Amino acid sequence: MSSPESSAYKATEAAPHDVVRRTEWPLYEIFIRGQHGLSHRHVGSLHAPDAERAMQNARDVYTRRKEGVSIWVVEASKITASSPDDKGHMYDPADDKVYRHPTFFDIPEEVGTM
Amino acid sequence: MYAQMVKSTGEGVRSLDEMDPQERAFQERIDAGGKIEPKDWMPDGYRKTLIRQIGQHAHSEIVGQLPEGNWITRAPTLERKAILLAKVQDEAGHGLYLYCAAETLGVTRDQMTRDLLSGKMKYSSIFNYPTITWADMGAVGWLVDGAAIMNQVPLQRTSYGPYARAMVRICKEESFHQRQGFDIMMKMAKGTAEQKRMAQDALNRFWYPSLMMFGPSDAESIHSAQSMAWKIKMNSNDELRQKFVDLTAPQADYLGLTIPDENLKWNEEKGGYDFSEPDWDEFFEVLKGNGPCSVERLEDRNRAWDEGRWVREAMLAHADKKRAAKLAAE
Amino acid sequence: MASDAHLFEWLCRMGDNALVLGHRVSEWCGHAPVLEEDIALANTALDLIGQTQLWLGLAGEIEGKGRNADALAYRRDVMDFRNLLLVEQPNRDFGHTMMRQFLFDAWHIEMLSALKGHEHAEISAIAEKSLKEVTYHFERSADTVIALGDGTEESHKRMQDALDRLWPYVGEMFLSDDIDRAVCDPAPLREAFDARINAVLSEATLTRPDSDFAHKGGKTGVRHTEHLGHMLAVMQFLPRAYPDAQW
Repeated sequence: MSSPESSAYKATEAAPHDVVRRTEWPLYEIFIRGQHGLSHRHVGSLHAPDAERAMQNARDVYTRRKEGVSIWVVEASKITASSPDDKGHMYDPADDKVYRHPTFFDIPEEVGTM
Repeated sequence: MYAQMVKSTGEGVRSLDEMDPQERAFQERIDAGGKIEPKDWMPDGYRKTLIRQIGQHAHSEIVGQLPEGNWITRAPTLERKAILLAKVQDEAGHGLYLYCAAETLGVTRDQMTRDLLSGKMKYSSIFNYPTITWADMGAVGWLVDGAAIMNQVPLQRTSYGPYARAMVRICKEESFHQRQGFDIMMKMAKGTAEQKRMAQDALNRFWYPSLMMFGPSDAESIHSAQSMAWKIKMNSNDELRQKFVDLTAPQADYLGLTIPDENLKWNEEKGGYDFSEPDWDEFFEVLKGNGPCSVERLEDRNRAWDEGRWVREAMLAHADKKRAAKLAAE
Repeated sequence: MASDAHLFEWLCRMGDNALVLGHRVSEWCGHAPVLEEDIALANTALDLIGQTQLWLGLAGEIEGKGRNADALAYRRDVMDFRNLLLVEQPNRDFGHTMMRQFLFDAWHIEMLSALKGHEHAEISAIAEKSLKEVTYHFERSADTVIALGDGTEESHKRMQDALDRLWPYVGEMFLSDDIDRAVCDPAPLREAFDARINAVLSEATLTRPDSDFAHKGGKTGVRHTEHLGHMLAVMQFLPRAYPDAQW
């Protein structure tokens, strides 16, 4: 505590730190849909004992400044991710469609941020 | 910095020609400004160095909660209390983001925590110094966060994707941290004689430890050279330290406070300040665990971890029961 | 319509509850069992500090003696504090902290709901804003009490101990006097409170104590516990030691 607590901590109740006990909560990936109507976006991860608590934790950790309006939580181990070896056929076809990328368009400065 | 003296492979930087095709492709991607993502191939040294560096950075955020947390219950107004609490809470959040980034490299947060608690992994030397008066909240925000920002802003461009993204979020949230520190400093420096005395005292105590945050000169270090080639270290220690002094010295003038260094002088020729080196013997003692608060900091973290174990266990046990009950019902 | 004197006293009760509990919860910052809980506790504390500023700010205005929320928070001594004894109880372990939070939240949510739409527009507005925050506090503290009550043998025992230890401080929340009745009588809220906590305690496999014995003296300021003075000694140190300073 930050209140006066000067007693030494002797770790009498402590488990040895090299002994792995099952106290680690699973990892959840957090997706939040912001206020501007865009789709859910990955914002980061956190640990929680279950999905309900992950939802609460997401609210506390990732919307501290109230950015979010809708939250998805997904247990990280349940996500199937493409592996880099697939990259060739999965991503290359888009390479010639550069207009899909926002930086393709030159926006005059006076228009402001887009 | 928050990650000090991080050792890389120690082999020195190899040229592209000396690398096998896989490593060469990896290095060329980094050279071209590309990002490395968790499932990409990476050299073992890159992975290990990153785990050490991100882990140390995360630990620094968590241990860094303690010196400022020391004043939450004594903040002098409701507003100051809320701001300080929000800031220390941000540090917990930043630790969390960084641990998650490290976890993508195949290490668990619990493992990193155990390595912190046993003293195997380090955290920044700066958090082993005590916060004695309220002015220290000003000095920590102004100097310590100011020094940290020097390093964190360029790290947004680091080569490892999850680390870079964590840094983007951290930098965005941290923008108010240094300002709130300077704001406290202004109030103190322009306040009563007693407040001004506290402000000067805080600057006296935190000046050299802040300079130490950047680590000793690493111009000759092979570890730094490798980390810079991998773009997980973006600037040399001396470069950042110089930049910090150049920015901070005029701010101290503005506050009417004196930086405790007789040799501090503008050098027109180099376009920066000359200044005295901190006492590096003290720095190495702090790293060895002989900082003024080193024992208390680790004791506090160990206490929180051990006393919280029953909570972590029980919440998991309850989640398991709930899941089992749900399965049984189906 | 309540007299200004009654209104001032009543606003101090609401404000001091938020102030004292917010302070207690903030003591956890950096020391919680896991990072996610650390961050969540800080959010609760921040909400309560914000509510303190609103309630005590309004109290100061109504009193009309030039005292603002900070003056009320930092320059009154124990006998002028009007918070419930429950909220000044020390944190003890995480279980006690969450049980204290749960019992208070369950009362707080009923109280604020009753205040919504109050004839005094500012009271109604503060209640409405606070209710949003407190609805979430209750959701989180109730879920925590359930998880820890049900979790392991050790956690169950700790939570039952916390409940037994804190139970004698529940009754004070529903005692009412002229000051309460002038604004909002808490006595009729007991039924909804009981329904609320009974459901949670049963899911948490915890046993509600039989005794209805209630310590009192917090919200009247007649007899606080010894804990409050120590808390104020810490909290008020700077403004007391340097009375002329601006921070």
